[in-house]
Amino acid sequence: MATRKIVINPVTRVEGHGKVTIHLDEEGHIGQTRFHITEFRGFERFVQGRLYWEAPVIVERLCGICPVSHHLAASKAMDVIAGAEKITPTAEKMRRLMHYGQTYQSHALHFFHLCSPDLLFGFDAPVEKRNVFGVIEAYPDVAKKAVLMRKFGQEVIKATGGKKVHGTGSIPGGVNKNLSKEEADELKRDADTMVDWAVEALELCKKIVNADAKRLLEFGTFESNFVSIVAEDGCMDLYDGNLRAIDADGKIIFDQVKPADYLDYIREEVRPWSYMKFPFIYPLGKEKGWYRVGPLARLNCATYIDSPIAEKERKEFMALGNGRPIHSSLAYHWARLIELIHSAEKIRELLADPDLQRDELVVTGKKKNSAVAWLEAPRGTLFHHYEVDDNDQITMANLIVSTTNNNEPMNQVVKKVAEQYLDRKKITEGLLNHIEVGIRAYDPCLSCATHALGRMPLIVQLFDHHDDLIDERVRG
Amino acid sequence: MSQETVTFTLDGVKVKATKGQTIMEAADAAGIYIPRLCWHKDLPSGGNCRICTVMVNGRPAGSCLFPVEDGIVVENNTKQLKDHRCQVVEMHFIEGNHYCPSCEASGECELQALGYYTQMLTPTSPYLRPKYEVDASHPDVYIDRDRCILCGRCIRASEFLDGKCVFSFEGRGIHKRISVNAEHNLGETNMEASDRAATICPTGALMIKRTGYRIPVGKRRFDIHPIGWDIEKKKKSG
Repeated sequence: MATRKIVINPVTRVEGHGKVTIHLDEEGHIGQTRFHITEFRGFERFVQGRLYWEAPVIVERLCGICPVSHHLAASKAMDVIAGAEKITPTAEKMRRLMHYGQTYQSHALHFFHLCSPDLLFGFDAPVEKRNVFGVIEAYPDVAKKAVLMRKFGQEVIKATGGKKVHGTGSIPGGVNKNLSKEEADELKRDADTMVDWAVEALELCKKIVNADAKRLLEFGTFESNFVSIVAEDGCMDLYDGNLRAIDADGKIIFDQVKPADYLDYIREEVRPWSYMKFPFIYPLGKEKGWYRVGPLARLNCATYIDSPIAEKERKEFMALGNGRPIHSSLAYHWARLIELIHSAEKIRELLADPDLQRDELVVTGKKKNSAVAWLEAPRGTLFHHYEVDDNDQITMANLIVSTTNNNEPMNQVVKKVAEQYLDRKKITEGLLNHIEVGIRAYDPCLSCATHALGRMPLIVQLFDHHDDLIDERVRG
Repeated sequence: MSQETVTFTLDGVKVKATKGQTIMEAADAAGIYIPRLCWHKDLPSGGNCRICTVMVNGRPAGSCLFPVEDGIVVENNTKQLKDHRCQVVEMHFIEGNHYCPSCEASGECELQALGYYTQMLTPTSPYLRPKYEVDASHPDVYIDRDRCILCGRCIRASEFLDGKCVFSFEGRGIHKRISVNAEHNLGETNMEASDRAATICPTGALMIKRTGYRIPVGKRRFDIHPIGWDIEKKKKSG
């Protein structure tokens, strides 16, 4: 078999630096596929020795897309350290508002800027067209709304956190500001429009999916367990709650697990070829315990959603599964947009709440030395675990970020897509982009997952059965 | 006995001052800001940071120490001095580990504010990245030597305002550092959070614990007005 080498340049529209290798067997069939994360992690070490109240402001620097998630997860952990068993209603609502603002902008960013070029132009469309500038040219109204939706989410973050990116609003035991009447009124002006536009985005997504439902919903599909946080009554809750896991049939594996008990249920495996760990449901073991998180997992795990439009859409979406969870990788986009609506509805609801103008911002209590907290970041469940000594210095940090939870699923989607589209076929730009489309459905943030800095290209390599490199493409 | 008045020239402008005042005090009274770091209104001048250096009759002098005299010609706002100040500020950033984005003193820090004031951009020399450990042994106060610029304010405050002598300098040159009056660490001293020394640091090197980030972005001292504004407004208001 002649050795061939093809270089893709660039591979784009995921947050981070990864490498995909596809190994062929002797017959040229797909053997092993791996989604390598080659960045080095560091933040868990950086925070060691730092004072615990600094953590929310240090760890948010992991990422520029969803710093609010890290800011809030660390704050929630530090609430425990500071002895704040229950923060004030104003503090919780300010944090929730910040969180929904972030989910709104992040989901809008992902759908319009990263994913919509594939859906609007087709996976095989020429790369010079299949990008955000192509969307701006062909669908100027959609692109304009996308920019304004992100802007709205960022304005919500600024009003609650002090800055659009890397704010300081959430502190151990509460928040450092409330929302003035003027700030609330300013945001309220656009709140209805943002709900309407989120609904429009979902309608656009559904229209595209329904036009080619069989192909799209089968694309990169595999069965798995799902994990997410839910409220005590099973309601979707992006900010707080306990952990629920379901299996591929929707049966509960565990439910209402509290943060402090997470190690009894979730463990991480290290594999030598990737810096990103592989979490798994501990009672099920490494082989069967891997799971998916994120919008699709949240929709599958939740009993209901407590905002009317999103709940109506959830019911329609779940009907696709005929009583079972939805397993399609591309259904992540659909689920993400239901959450986009939910976030907009919750922002609108919170902006009308007078508690946001109250002055009870911070509580403290008896200090503790260990804390685990979590929330549902845009990309999935985010775990923060800290140990703090008697001098208030952090001695240990373990961050299991959303993308890390989806590590094995992204390996699975690469394998699935490679089997569906690359096996013994001519390698084209569009075909290799299918792999990216599969990974992109999970909206991975590789800089978050490994806490890295710097340039972040994605490399796709194809190996024959002698492990000789026969194809390689690099983008970034 | 009436105070004797002297007149001197500051950047070409005749300034009246009281004999015995330093150049900085006279400039402050006239609404002319001379940048400074180690100086504090409640402390005797230290002359450590050299940011306030001006030219007196063509020769450099620390304005926080040099007394006004009748007829002296003082230059403050010249390109040469501004360049020098920017370079001194830059050297502080290079010699320490100043991570403004996550520092709890950000927005309240006089070094950061002077970085903006002197329009310091990317440092022109390599960072030294010294290695220090945080001293968090005290229940209410901590020392982060990464952020210490060796201004000596805490030393003077502890001695002259608190009557304690908790701090002193130790070592020479690049090895110079703030040390505490104890065998090992701050926790062994008689320092208290209510000491003036605990809140007098111009950066984030000496901080009260568990109070970080309480002031929201936009409401912090230098979010509202740049450093020196309080002095310059005297001139504007006449």
